[in-house]
Amino acid sequence: MARSVTTRHKTIATIAAWIVALLIFFPILYTIITSFKSEQEAIQGFSIIPSGTFESYSEVQAQNGYFKFFFNSVLLSVGSTILALLVAIPAAWSMAFSPTKRTKDILMWMLSTKMMPAVAVLFPIYLIFRDTGLLDSRIGLMVMLMLINLPIVVWMLYTYFREIPGEILEAARMDGASLWNEIIYVLTPMAVPGIASTMLLNIILAWNEAFWTIRLTTTEAAPLTAFISSFSSPQGLFWAKLSAASTLAIAPILIMGWFSQKQLVRGLTFGAVK
Amino acid sequence: MATQQTRSLARFMMAPSVVLLFVWMIVPLVITIWFSFQQYNPLNPIRDGFVGFSNYALFYSNPAFLQSILNTLTLVISVLLITVIGGILLALLIDQPMWGQGIVRILVISPFFVMPPVAALVWKNMIMHPQYGVFADMARFFGAQPIDWFGQHPMLAIIIIVAWQWLPFATLILLTALQSLDGEQKEAAEMDGAGFISRFIYLTLPHMSRAITVVILIQTIFLLSVYAEILVTTNGGPGYASTNLPFLVYQKALLEFKIGQASAGGVIAVILANIVAFFAMRAVGKNLDK
Repeated sequence: MARSVTTRHKTIATIAAWIVALLIFFPILYTIITSFKSEQEAIQGFSIIPSGTFESYSEVQAQNGYFKFFFNSVLLSVGSTILALLVAIPAAWSMAFSPTKRTKDILMWMLSTKMMPAVAVLFPIYLIFRDTGLLDSRIGLMVMLMLINLPIVVWMLYTYFREIPGEILEAARMDGASLWNEIIYVLTPMAVPGIASTMLLNIILAWNEAFWTIRLTTTEAAPLTAFISSFSSPQGLFWAKLSAASTLAIAPILIMGWFSQKQLVRGLTFGAVK
Repeated sequence: MATQQTRSLARFMMAPSVVLLFVWMIVPLVITIWFSFQQYNPLNPIRDGFVGFSNYALFYSNPAFLQSILNTLTLVISVLLITVIGGILLALLIDQPMWGQGIVRILVISPFFVMPPVAALVWKNMIMHPQYGVFADMARFFGAQPIDWFGQHPMLAIIIIVAWQWLPFATLILLTALQSLDGEQKEAAEMDGAGFISRFIYLTLPHMSRAITVVILIQTIFLLSVYAEILVTTNGGPGYASTNLPFLVYQKALLEFKIGQASAGGVIAVILANIVAFFAMRAVGKNLDK
């Protein structure tokens, strides 16, 4: 008796959850479907079975040079993440292992810099970039993205490093390990998972950043966010093409995201929810 | 001696992050404040100079200003309400035993990874387009008149898009919190005869309070500066109907080249963000102490 109730409960929950999930996922699914339609089909009303043509994909590359933007996105997100890690690892390290009275204040202050609305500094940054020739340069944007995400990177690394037990270091030291050996054989293996998670989350955030990447680039350094925004004033209806471009722009990050759900929760809640 | 050494080493290790963030925060902000007291127009430099508070007065008397503040708050509050309430309900649903839970999770979390311009364009063209969108197809199927979302209800349309982007985030975090709830406590409550509602109010909700606080904080930071979604859908219109504060500042600065007014708007945006941040940071700080 009780068993049949559980099964029924499970069936209802399954059906309800799948309906809601598919509704939420629908815009993405429909974009993927439309990307395999021809332009004619795309505006002919609702249908979920495409003719399966790849012409939109080849057109996005041939007409718009998709891969240049894709390459910029990869370069900017990975580059800014590596820069941020280089700066943040020592800071998070020292805060986790030799905290002072002010450590928490510094962490909170870093977080508070995220509160500053980007538009408030749009013009100064624009001027600085223009006068230093950094406008539309990959290096400039990389530094910009690094600065934007630095607080989150420091925070996230800090919460990971804090969980490495200090006793292990002491034990290694007692066994006569040199500082160098201590870092290579004891600390690094324990820190790598945290660093990898941080990297993953930061690449996602940098990939999707859509204010500075749009405003500070024109052609050379423009990543996918700027590329997609250029579709906002369409000359005619190119929906299959727009769908193909969108699918290509979100696919890599979507797949990465699926594998990093746990790290995402932890990273974006500053370790408060695990 | 050793501690002295470690301490200075720690300072040395922290310096790059602190200095970089400090410079990145202070230098542009000081320039913005300086410009907010200047008349400065790169296209018409003749009248440039110090003008006191008149930029603030101009910005304030601009009818778009109050509208943009109102729109900013409407957007933040509506999206917060939708995502927190919807997130709790969704988390409760997904937490039930079911088949294919992993896939359901993946489907629900996906919109969060969609970059804002893509999300906005997909909704604008494929879903909400008054002629070719899915909503229009549905309306025609039921014999109704398709709605011109961005013409008639621009704020509502933007709220829907932004809520779609952030609902997954809220759900994922609340679900994680929910799953860390001790099963034994739940069972004990059940044995004591607590119904679903009272179990939710007295056990689940208090357990999730910390996660809810964090969701509100993080979302507020991002929602206060929604930009790309407006840029690619309504461009702030019709009129100023869907212009929020960031968008108004952007228009003044880079489209009208009224740098002084834009900077005054920027300073106001900073003040607004700081008021919100003050409360939010206190909540987070308190929660992190636990």
